[in-house]
Amino acid sequence: MAAKEENPLKKVCIICAKGTIEDVYATLVMANGAVMEGIEAKVFFTFFGLDAITRKQMNRIKTATVGNPAMRAPGGLPFPTVLGLIPGVEAGVSAMMKSQMEKLDIPPVDEFLEMITAGGGEIYACKLAMDMFKLEKEDLWDEVKDVLTVGDFYAMCGGENTQIIFT
Amino acid sequence: MAQKTIAGQSIEVNDEGYLVNASEWSREIATEMAKEEGIELTEKHFEVLEFLRKASENGETLTIRKVGKSGITDIKGLYQLFPGGPLKLSSKFAGIPKPASCV
Repeated sequence: MAAKEENPLKKVCIICAKGTIEDVYATLVMANGAVMEGIEAKVFFTFFGLDAITRKQMNRIKTATVGNPAMRAPGGLPFPTVLGLIPGVEAGVSAMMKSQMEKLDIPPVDEFLEMITAGGGEIYACKLAMDMFKLEKEDLWDEVKDVLTVGDFYAMCGGENTQIIFT
Repeated sequence: MAQKTIAGQSIEVNDEGYLVNASEWSREIATEMAKEEGIELTEKHFEVLEFLRKASENGETLTIRKVGKSGITDIKGLYQLFPGGPLKLSSKFAGIPKPASCV
């Protein structure tokens, strides 16, 4: 149980640079958790993290089935990396993860982002990564507030009791 | 745990001000608790509180997503009704335990 903090957190600036289910959801859960506590949240998506706010990709993100030693089959059985190479396995595992999350009332990416912006959270895209991936503003989810340079983003991360979190 | 006098009644609350017994709740208590947080409760607020109380009674895990889908208000509306704590404050005013969910 959280005791009353005397000097509470006021703002979190979260950076998401990866596009797997676990990276994107870590970002979304932390951002949503912040706004639900009345903490200001600004989220900056860069590199592969841009998938989470790219309309075509946002609800198709996956978890890696290769090179992920913490991934086990249901029941805790080992899941050899070589199985992850089989076509369809990554999609199947990802679908299973999403259905488990749905059971806990964790929404799909687009709906989760809407929940965050409904609470006043702000979503930004990285200009450099957009240029690199040849993405335009139109490719992004409608409620992305702006495309920023890293300097612009840092300029928003000032103020007392602000933390920058890199997921 | 502590006793607190709310709306002329002595109520048992925990360290964070949540009611210990949901059955001790009344509309007057909710109104008083909300006032302490600077919120004036309207009928809309009470609809949310009733929804939460019912869901909590049924042992459901509460999330803002669930309340947003209740048909009473959407998530944006929920933030407007309970600024700075859409689920935390509403649960407090509803006299139910602090939500133990991350969404």
